[in-house]
Amino acid sequence: MVLNMGPQHPSTHGVLRVLLELDGENVVSAIPDLGYLHTGIEKSCEDKTYSQAITLTDRIDYLNPLGNNLVYCLAVEKLLGLEVPKRAQYIRVMLVELQRISSHLVWLGTHALDMGAMSVMLYCFREREEILKIFERFSGQRMMTSFIRIGGIALQPPAGWREMVKRFVEMMPARIDEYEALLTENRIWQGRLKGVGYLSSETLIALSTTGPGLRAAGVPHDNRKAFPYSCYEEFDFSVPTRTESDCYARYLVRVAEMRESLKIVRQATDKITEVGPFKADAPGIIPPEREKMKTEMEALIYHFKIFTEGFSPPPGEAFAIVESPRGELGCFVASDGSPKPLRVHFRGPSFINLQALPYMVKGQLIADTVACIGTIDIVLGEVDR
Amino acid sequence: MTQLANANANVVVEQLRAWNAQAVSQVVEYRGETTIVVPRDLLRATAQQCKENRALDFDLLSDATCVDRFPIEPRFELNYHLVSLARRDRLRLRTSVSAQQPIVESLVPVWPGANWLEREVFDLFGIRFEGHPDLRRILLPDEFEGFPLRRDFPTEGKR
Repeated sequence: MVLNMGPQHPSTHGVLRVLLELDGENVVSAIPDLGYLHTGIEKSCEDKTYSQAITLTDRIDYLNPLGNNLVYCLAVEKLLGLEVPKRAQYIRVMLVELQRISSHLVWLGTHALDMGAMSVMLYCFREREEILKIFERFSGQRMMTSFIRIGGIALQPPAGWREMVKRFVEMMPARIDEYEALLTENRIWQGRLKGVGYLSSETLIALSTTGPGLRAAGVPHDNRKAFPYSCYEEFDFSVPTRTESDCYARYLVRVAEMRESLKIVRQATDKITEVGPFKADAPGIIPPEREKMKTEMEALIYHFKIFTEGFSPPPGEAFAIVESPRGELGCFVASDGSPKPLRVHFRGPSFINLQALPYMVKGQLIADTVACIGTIDIVLGEVDR
Repeated sequence: MTQLANANANVVVEQLRAWNAQAVSQVVEYRGETTIVVPRDLLRATAQQCKENRALDFDLLSDATCVDRFPIEPRFELNYHLVSLARRDRLRLRTSVSAQQPIVESLVPVWPGANWLEREVFDLFGIRFEGHPDLRRILLPDEFEGFPLRRDFPTEGKR
């Protein structure tokens, strides 16, 4: 029998359609069908200046907008050969780690919901709200912040940010203990996840899977350690791994990652000085300060040029990578020397990790398909772009 | 740090040249990234070598994408981004494809993960991959006409 699952199915977290060929309740084969959320973001980027395209990057992986901003800005900065002040880099690290926690919280909440544990979602979204409040204080926006800009960040950190972040960091470990108390030893939770969706590390590497899925198979690959960016080499944290490579191991890895992210946030708050630069000093690329525009003619000219014409990086290509909550997030930018990018391409980890789904669910029950889709942790905005 | 990156690149280029002198037609070093330009006919063999040569060990295919340089001919540049997990190294393989003959060998036999990446390039740029097990559109509907990421396709769409 062929069963059509989705595109409007609560466990597909968006609009994913999977064609399941069944033998009784066992899956013989699964064919994912994508593209329901395709919005042509990469094409639209080609029609915008380099700075304007930042707002589009937010909308790719909508649970990790700051991470998308970061990878795009890193790629453009690489093209320009631009050095970002350390203070701005620390602020970036702090924000993307908070974003990682919030993304994992949404994952945990929705995945528990899929598995029938209603209350976990209410707990997770309670803490996520606190993170979104921090983002709102920083940027005025809760989700599509576009806060990370080429050459630094958009604004100075707001008054009182440090207390706000510290309060969150102190509160959070006990809250993670709460989720673990609800789930980790829970017999139903273990029964639904243990031994489900196993793939060997060789298969996962062959299928280009990255992120928690790969780390749950015992491969300690994390771009923050392997190819450090934004000063990650200065932070002390470990990369949690498991060896079971099933859905339960992926859950444990993600929970452990939240604790590691808290460590990084704590270190970052100590590193960020109260005063200091928040963007690079690059006339012609970064908009000048308001005060300078009123007193210096060059600043006024640059301001006018940046907002009418944009800036032109030298011809060439750059590929930047970061570790998003879902794995290796890459951004490829090609310039032909004009103020608009020739090509912007995003290597979305959701898109590539989803390739493993047919291999994971083969021979398993339909109910396990839901667990597998959940622990791959897809964001359809990123799958379809 | 930059010196180290270059040293790695030299090893890669040397190993590939020692295997087949024709495999490397150009080496581009830009912003700390190494790009090896490969003749179109040797793409799969070179990729195989990159993966299986123990000294190179590029076991993970991170990304595959295309750049359209219309109206320059050959207009398409295919970029494959490789990662070596053990050596912590990255490499870009590039090959040029012309508009008259937009066909390349598929890398799915080397990295099964190339499957959807190549389908995406086929879908949006119209490049065919020979030996691909399942070359269908992936993001756009099957009945869609044209290849929207080509530079001569209008952003607002065709009417």
